Amino acid sequence: MADTGTWRVKAGLAQMLKGGVIMDVVNAEQARIAQDAGATSVMALERVPADIRAAGGVARMADPTKISEIMEAVSIPVMAKCRIGHFVEAQVLEAMGVDYIDESEVLTPADEAHHVWKHNFKVPFVCGCRNLGEALRRVGEGAAMIRTKGEAGTGDVVEAVRHMRSVMDSIRQLQNMSEEEIPTAAKELGVDLPLLLETRTLGRLPVVNFAAGGVATPADAALMMQLGADGVFVGSGIFKSGDPARRARAIVEATTHYNDPNILADVSKDLGEPMVGIGVRSLNEEQLLAPRGNL
Amino acid sequence: MLAVQGDFAEHIAILKQLGVDTVEVRLPGDLDGVDALVMPGGESTTFSYLMDLYNLREPIVEAASGGTPIWGTCAGMIMMARELTEKFPEPLGLMDIGVARNAFGRQVDSFETDLRFSPLGDDSYRAIFIRAPGIVRLGDDVQVLAQLSDGRPVAVRQGSLFATSFHPELGDDPRIHQYFLTFAAQGTN
Repeated sequence: MADTGTWRVKAGLAQMLKGGVIMDVVNAEQARIAQDAGATSVMALERVPADIRAAGGVARMADPTKISEIMEAVSIPVMAKCRIGHFVEAQVLEAMGVDYIDESEVLTPADEAHHVWKHNFKVPFVCGCRNLGEALRRVGEGAAMIRTKGEAGTGDVVEAVRHMRSVMDSIRQLQNMSEEEIPTAAKELGVDLPLLLETRTLGRLPVVNFAAGGVATPADAALMMQLGADGVFVGSGIFKSGDPARRARAIVEATTHYNDPNILADVSKDLGEPMVGIGVRSLNEEQLLAPRGNL
Repeated sequence: MLAVQGDFAEHIAILKQLGVDTVEVRLPGDLDGVDALVMPGGESTTFSYLMDLYNLREPIVEAASGGTPIWGTCAGMIMMARELTEKFPEPLGLMDIGVARNAFGRQVDSFETDLRFSPLGDDSYRAIFIRAPGIVRLGDDVQVLAQLSDGRPVAVRQGSLFATSFHPELGDDPRIHQYFLTFAAQGTN
């Protein structure tokens, strides 16, 4: 009578991650540093987004050997990325027993017209969004967790802020609409009416919503939490900085104590060099990752 | 409500429905005047790290020995254990049980199932287990309130202390929260 892979079980793991930090790691040593610093989960990668950006070419799912090495190194949940629409990479990750799959715009999309139909999987998925429409379309396809896309690998938080504000503002507008306006809004957003009605009733997304894409400092993490994020992903921001262990700990503390400026001041001290970063404004159109998977 | 990390908001929402005031505990001072404590689901390694850093261990251990009712769900139960099967993290040692983390496997093995929670009588209860911990040792004073069909204990009580492997805060069934409130209100005697 035990049922695995149910919606509550899939969405439930994301609820356990709330108020926490999910860190990108590329080997067992980094994974242990992340766990010791209080990360609630790690994202197993071959390269962090800043290096994917620098390397260019086609970015794919990580080598399973790399992912296994990280899964063996830590006891916290391990996530891994598949390309948008690449349901076979997702099958491979599920077979390996990865705890969450990120169908991610950071990798080169495998399908420009379709996302993975995530209801077919026992393993839960997290997907990126830039606005409420994208978020709810991904939930409709079976994503049990949402994150902002931000602009990964830049260390520039501006896009994550834009995307989080966009989602939150749309939900507030939704709550101010009369019922007869909702079907039109659903049509304009390209989302399922019942899902939009549920969002309106809840006053939030129906799944956990993290911030991602450009978070590099404790203050960035607290900013995203104050804007309404349930937790944060930190990609290149930790292991591309001068003192990763220290920065990782500081970001974990800032995420818990996001409303306490005195603690934020303390944890922000003497962190060493942050990742160098790239201003999003200096990137041209084809270098941006967030517009990928705009379906 | 311990609020260093995890699904504390879900617990708070159910307690609010039941008419209970809650405070979020992130620092030792937040525990002042608290009548009962809930430690939610989340990551026990993160809880342990933040409890050490912000000196929450001692006041929680003191509250427990002073008879304050405490309930841990999942990661909260891990923190309540006397000992774990692995060295890391270090639990609070409140309750005379031994616990194994991730005893049921990884996320693909997470499950929900019907079980009998004895204080509710014969009615079944739908329990949600997420990378759940297992109880591998029971002290003499520990009472088992629920078991899986294979006999493994998943809800236990020892005086004013209560722990569940599963997550009554997920879903919309408030019966186990009501149970905790009833025994918390009775005092520990």
